[in-house]
Amino acid sequence: MGVGIEVANLNAWYGTTHTLQDINLNIPANHATALIGPSGCGKSTFVRCLNRMHETNPIARVTGSVRIGDLDIYADAKPVVIRRRVGMVFQRPNPFPTMSIYDNVAAGLTLNGYTNRNALDEIVERSLKNSALWDEVKDDLKKKSGASLSGGQQQRLCIARALAVDPEVILMDEPASALDPVSTSKIEDLIFQLKSQYTIVIVTHNMQQAARVAEKTGFFLNGRMVEFDSTHKIFTNPSDKRTEDYITGRFG
Amino acid sequence: MNAENTWNSQFRTVKDRAVTALAILATILVVAPLVAIFSYLVYKGASSINLDFFIKVPAPVGESGGGMANAIVGSVVVLLLGSLLGVPIGIAAGIFLAEYGRGTRLATAVRFTADVLNGVPSIVMGLAIYALIVVPQKHFSALAGGVALGIMMIPTVCRTTEEMLLMVPNSVREAALALGLPNWKSVLAITVKTASPGIITGCMLAFARVAGETAPLLFTALGNEFWSTSLNEPIAALPLQIYVYALSPYDDWHRLAWAGALVLIILIVLSVSLVRYVTSRGVLKGAS
Repeated sequence: MGVGIEVANLNAWYGTTHTLQDINLNIPANHATALIGPSGCGKSTFVRCLNRMHETNPIARVTGSVRIGDLDIYADAKPVVIRRRVGMVFQRPNPFPTMSIYDNVAAGLTLNGYTNRNALDEIVERSLKNSALWDEVKDDLKKKSGASLSGGQQQRLCIARALAVDPEVILMDEPASALDPVSTSKIEDLIFQLKSQYTIVIVTHNMQQAARVAEKTGFFLNGRMVEFDSTHKIFTNPSDKRTEDYITGRFG
Repeated sequence: MNAENTWNSQFRTVKDRAVTALAILATILVVAPLVAIFSYLVYKGASSINLDFFIKVPAPVGESGGGMANAIVGSVVVLLLGSLLGVPIGIAAGIFLAEYGRGTRLATAVRFTADVLNGVPSIVMGLAIYALIVVPQKHFSALAGGVALGIMMIPTVCRTTEEMLLMVPNSVREAALALGLPNWKSVLAITVKTASPGIITGCMLAFARVAGETAPLLFTALGNEFWSTSLNEPIAALPLQIYVYALSPYDDWHRLAWAGALVLIILIVLSVSLVRYVTSRGVLKGAS
């Protein structure tokens, strides 16, 4: 089951660049939340702060607090523990190239020392079904490499890999921006199905996509969060002039 | 207008053909020396290869017959020792350079040292090991030979490992970290595994290069006319035996030297192919 995320006074830097400034927001559990904004506005940095991937860059720095469920991720736990509870799907599909489809899905478990073979088979099957890939790959799970799939299939494989470790939150950083329209709509359908069980945060460049999949939408600009509200309100009657200018295509 | 188009397209076709021809020519130039050397070796040496060559030790001067069994085994021993030393250290150093040391002064120093070591003439390497191991021990040994070859392997293995790891896209590292893997596990189980075909190629290159080295063995393994597999005794090796035989005044020995050179090349090709075969099994369809 998903949990909510509370972000308070979050600031982030790359070197001397202040990429995120005083972000405060509450992301509801078991819903999809979209983050929109022009390139470089900090939305990717923001989601990377939610699973402490931001700090994997040696010049990066973060202050502030992020609570995921009952866990203050910058105070209570190590990054590896948090990342097992917060899955991530990246902009470009990144399956492990030397691994079979099966091993890709199981990687998060096997590499962390999980050895129960029967349970593993079940988890792999369930994850691939949940990511709507099972029917396309069930016959060559162990025969084909994850890298041999098409781009859209690879991205669903990456979603399956994230689902297999049973996270509470799934972060998606422009998950469909490298995909064709058919694959994109499959990913969107998937987000729609998954959001009843997981808290989903999706960064997107595509405003229609935000409108289609998310209940809540946040608009980022120049490292600040300008507005956060129900998707309907953001797209029909935004309170801030800048949000309106952006969604009506006046800039960005 | 139309005529100009035709002329342009004809010109492009000619350019295309010319470049293709140049590429083919270059390929032939690359392959030709290998083919030439190999066929000349077969021509000169194949007739002297018989069972005796593989099971007998060299015959004393004046007697005919004899073989290079001790040199073949000696080469295997010295190369195994060298690989045991050079491959793990080289790979570990390469992992450090690519995954942990990026941008640090230590990494810059290590990289520089490796490049210098790579340029050290092999005879100097032999002399260094002579001073470090042979002199204190007061005798030549297989061990000293293995160490000399191993140290010569390190820079090649280290630098190719680094290059290959740097070619692994960062997105693969991020995928591993985002699954909650600790960094060391992500490096070993994901990054190194992804780069392993290239790393293995690097090890094979280093192996093949030192397999034919004579100079570093002259002052270390020394060579041996008799049967020996002890690591503490001087040991024969194919390049040494070829060197001695080729310089001798006897026709018989010249023929054996040709045969030895042929066997050395075949052994290198066989071991490289074997490693490739073993490590390529289980590779999946479509894996890059």
